[in-house]
Amino acid sequence: MEAFGLLLHGFAVLLTWKTLVLMMVGLVLGIFVGVLPGLGGPNGVAILLPLTFTMDPTSAIVMLSCIYWGALFGGAITSILFNIPGEAWSVATTFDGYPMAQQGRAAEALTAAFTSSFIGSLVAVLLITFLAPMISSFALKFGPPEFFAVYLLTFCSFVGLGREAKHKTVISMSLGLLLAGIGMDTVSGNLRMTFGSPELLRGINFLVAVIGLFGISEILLTMEERLALRGHAAGISLRVVLGVWKDLPKYWVTLLRSSFIGCWLGITPGGAIAASFMGYNLAKRFAKEPENFGKGRIEGVFAPETAAHASGTSALLPMLALGIPGSGTAAILLGGLMVWGLNPGPMLFVEHKDFVWGLIASMYLGNVVGLVLVLTTVPIFASILRVPFAAVAPMIVVSCAIGAYAIQNAMFDIWLMLGFGIVGYVFKKIGIPLAPFTLALVLGNRAEDAFRLSMIGSGGTLKVFWSNGLVSSITTLALLLLFWPVIDNLLGRVGWTQRARAPSQ
Amino acid sequence: MRGSLRELSSRRKPLTRRFAPTSPVRTGRGEQFPSLASELMSQTDIEIVVDDPTAPEDDSPSVIASGTIEIIVCLLLLALAITLGYDNWRTGASWDATGPEPGYFPFYLSVILGGGSLYGLIAALVSHRAARETFVTRAQARRVMAVFAPTLLFCLVTQVLGLYVASFLLIAGFMRLVGKIALWKSLLTAVVFTAIMFVTFDIAFDVIMPKGPLEAALGR
Repeated sequence: MEAFGLLLHGFAVLLTWKTLVLMMVGLVLGIFVGVLPGLGGPNGVAILLPLTFTMDPTSAIVMLSCIYWGALFGGAITSILFNIPGEAWSVATTFDGYPMAQQGRAAEALTAAFTSSFIGSLVAVLLITFLAPMISSFALKFGPPEFFAVYLLTFCSFVGLGREAKHKTVISMSLGLLLAGIGMDTVSGNLRMTFGSPELLRGINFLVAVIGLFGISEILLTMEERLALRGHAAGISLRVVLGVWKDLPKYWVTLLRSSFIGCWLGITPGGAIAASFMGYNLAKRFAKEPENFGKGRIEGVFAPETAAHASGTSALLPMLALGIPGSGTAAILLGGLMVWGLNPGPMLFVEHKDFVWGLIASMYLGNVVGLVLVLTTVPIFASILRVPFAAVAPMIVVSCAIGAYAIQNAMFDIWLMLGFGIVGYVFKKIGIPLAPFTLALVLGNRAEDAFRLSMIGSGGTLKVFWSNGLVSSITTLALLLLFWPVIDNLLGRVGWTQRARAPSQ
Repeated sequence: MRGSLRELSSRRKPLTRRFAPTSPVRTGRGEQFPSLASELMSQTDIEIVVDDPTAPEDDSPSVIASGTIEIIVCLLLLALAITLGYDNWRTGASWDATGPEPGYFPFYLSVILGGGSLYGLIAALVSHRAARETFVTRAQARRVMAVFAPTLLFCLVTQVLGLYVASFLLIAGFMRLVGKIALWKSLLTAVVFTAIMFVTFDIAFDVIMPKGPLEAALGR
């Protein structure tokens, strides 16, 4: 049990007053961000990132990841009390959570949501604790061709498995990769796509783009909506909490099923949103009385929340072990790693043990503390919604500007942020997904470097990507995923799979 | 948009959010238990009612169709792809002895981007569904501009007067003019928020922001 010993070491790193205070600050800020309309996990993390620039990496990641856990918890509060999903992944929670609140069982629904979030995260963290070191030590043997194959796999799976129109995913991803290439070419030292502009020489910073894409554009989108709400901020009593917990064992199948779905979709780029819906739908399908779903069944809260949190947490696994983010927020944390001077990838587990195990330990502790915090302070956080949006919106804009400027001390970046805000607004409205764009922007240079280093190593032949069993299976899998819709369609036509035809009918 | 603690009014408009799915199971649910809810809700519960008086009307006419925007975006992306593609071709986009030249990757990415936007352009031109769909209604556009225009001004002012002055002006101005919040509340919020930002970034964390004449006069 080597992982166990290292985990204990992680707790030792974590248990200092400074880190614990930062953790509480992160959680509170995160719940705040999760409850407020127009701010979500990725935006919150992106905007607050500059605060951490002068911290040591361990404190910084603990605070940032706690913002993320807090946002995950916070999303459930507004879904249940006001029927307003604070986050896209808590949409499925409103299906049964809001009816429960309507029946006066708000406290019960909230307890169920928080508890199942906790269970989902716990399963995912356990997975990370034991699986991440194994994957990373395996990945230590990777050379540039293997890394390029893994990046290719990530990109291809987005195109092949994404639910958006394929050409829109392709547009989003190639645009991200192109923008990542602006500036000095790291291999040859040539300037690319700068058009003689000194501002473009630095390249387009990933975090500036993210702050614009998720922060500014989200404000614009929020303003289009009716921002009225009504509901009850129920306090949670210990009696209710114990009541819900006593019934927990009855739902172990649902909890376990949702945890597995969440972990799977978190590691592959399916995401928390898909996981929450899938968790809900499967719970409904396997239920004895599926017609009761949507009318306030506690299982309808357990299932999506467990899956969403398991997915949100396990998205950090590929980021830690391979340097490939499994979600938008993980991508931003990855950007943070680079700012703090760490090189994401399997070497993290070797070179920065304190950092990695401090982070993993903080996932355990952060979720326990977060659970207690949300259970005791729900009414306070719900009342935050009374703060008028006209006061919140300009503050978010200012925070975004501070964040964008602080990264490279460049006024140009504030303008760039505004530009990305418009791009994000328009893209979201016409259905061009932003996740592939973000992923491409953060991984673009690394993927290209890996490709060109493999080319230099192999003397310029593509055969290097089929040179051994490992790399050729990853490359082949990537290509299969890329053309999966076509293959699926063909198989369906020949009559090999029934499933392929079913959705089209 | 202002929040207030208020009794339940008789108006019961369904809350619409962007992420709300169109599943038929969900619509109108919850309306079944209103009386039950108020009976069962204990006295200690805090009721939260937030109104949005300037909310965009639902029947506001469409300003522009999604299809039109899609066509414009695809044309812009196509232009971008051609510009970037040309620049990379100049840099060198061929395959030499040690593998690809610096412009190789971006050049072919420009080709892919160009192809994708061309496909999108044709798809948008052919599709009748997207042509009918509303991109933004007039009322929505007004609200979006109410945020965007001040943000643009804020960036301009930041360049001239520094971030902290701009931040004060943005928050106070936005709360007062757009949110119609009492002047003293707007000014107080703006001062407190700007001060907190200044203390946090400039003093505690040593992250330097753009500054203008005011900070210079104060010797910071």
